[in-house]
Amino acid sequence: MTPPVRDVKLRMEHVGMVFERDGTSVSVLEDINLEVSDGEFICLVGPSGCGKSTLLNVMGGFLPPTTGSLAIDRALVHGPDPRRILVFQEHGVFPWLTVEGNIGFGLSRLSGAERDQRIAHYIQMMRLQGFEKTYPSDLSGGMKQRLQVARALAVNPDILYLDEPFGALDSITRLIMRGELLRIWQSERRTIIFVTHDVDEAVQLADRVVVLSSRPAKIQDVLTIDIPHPRNISSAHYLAHRDNLLKKIGLAYTA
Amino acid sequence: MIWQAAVDRHPGQLLPGPWEVAGGIGDLFEHGLLLKYVVASLFRVTWGFLLAALIAIPLGLTIGWYRRAEMAFSPLVQIFRPISPLAWIPIAILWFAVGDLAAIFLIFVGCFFPLLLTAMSAVHNIPAVYLNVGRNFGLSTADFISRVLYPAVVPQLIIGSRITLGIAWLVVVAAEMIAVNSGLGFLIIDARNAGNRYDLVIAGMVMIGTIGLLLDLGMRSLERVKSFRWSYTED
Repeated sequence: MTPPVRDVKLRMEHVGMVFERDGTSVSVLEDINLEVSDGEFICLVGPSGCGKSTLLNVMGGFLPPTTGSLAIDRALVHGPDPRRILVFQEHGVFPWLTVEGNIGFGLSRLSGAERDQRIAHYIQMMRLQGFEKTYPSDLSGGMKQRLQVARALAVNPDILYLDEPFGALDSITRLIMRGELLRIWQSERRTIIFVTHDVDEAVQLADRVVVLSSRPAKIQDVLTIDIPHPRNISSAHYLAHRDNLLKKIGLAYTA
Repeated sequence: MIWQAAVDRHPGQLLPGPWEVAGGIGDLFEHGLLLKYVVASLFRVTWGFLLAALIAIPLGLTIGWYRRAEMAFSPLVQIFRPISPLAWIPIAILWFAVGDLAAIFLIFVGCFFPLLLTAMSAVHNIPAVYLNVGRNFGLSTADFISRVLYPAVVPQLIIGSRITLGIAWLVVVAAEMIAVNSGLGFLIIDARNAGNRYDLVIAGMVMIGTIGLLLDLGMRSLERVKSFRWSYTED
């Protein structure tokens, strides 16, 4: 089975990031070159503190890179844009809005009826029925993350950036959330770039896993995971990929 | 009861007893003074506080948002802030003469700096993630202010306002002792000067305490509004 040829959605060339702190400059990203196809699911893994989140913030347009260029749909990126939404690890939902209010946050340009319909659709997709009028303080951690994903999807973005979105959740909730994310990805076919430090998460979800080195982060390796979904997480093929990735990250830790 | 017992042991020295004070409040009420003085004090507090809030909160939010503005204003604020509002009494009388305006000005001064600092720190404490989400969804500047900045600072502004309203209520009593001739502060100083009516002095104090409590309860009820009730420290 050969995958269909897909357009390049995002292209990074020689991206570098240097932070100035107290007069000293710290290099966080170095010569990052990456092409992401339309509809692809990419996981970024690497040792903690290596600059995964910084890279995601650069891709999202929140941080302009010090050197190099970032283009999406062949246009240079100059800032954040509602066509690509970043989902944060935690505290990303607005505590002053209800579930409905949060999902509708990016929909103020739609008519009332359209907005209500879109909100209802994502409430159902994210299994938040019955909590429409609930404030985030009364939701569990998993529901808050589902809400954040719902708010992101509601504006119909081309790209979804997820910054360890399930990192603060317990392991069972994480498993369920991964399944839901795959379900959404398969039904709505968006480009997803997903930062994680969890090897299982990466092998279970990604088309390709980008392994970053410790700081300053460089791309150490890119692994293609050619297992069709749903992936059997105890098959020999899966475990071989997982071992391979662990080995690469092991190298990343000592490099 | 302890009050009554203490007064019984030292008649005529310590304080008027609770019954005398209750009688004093009754007297004031009969003469129509109680309501008049309470309204006069509340009127000054309301205007002084509202004017301060109207100017200090938007100004503080703006200064807090722009780091450079803050560096420029901060020394000025820190010089004015430790000056007790009561130190402004002579200036208030010089500028506005004895009357409502002078008292309102003093309350304004007393409320201005606490509210300014509250607004400045409220902007600082907005978690970066809310600002980033706001930027991500492509809001206009006006929408960004009304739908992200404003709701993100409201809980802290309510807490700051509650404390500041307490300050305003402290200042009004002192201001009325000197700068005007009505209100609960005036009642206390007048009752003492015009015949040592200590029952009326205590009556005034009881009224001040009661109204202060009611004001605080009113502000607290704002804190219980659902969309205000969250705080950054939860979960």
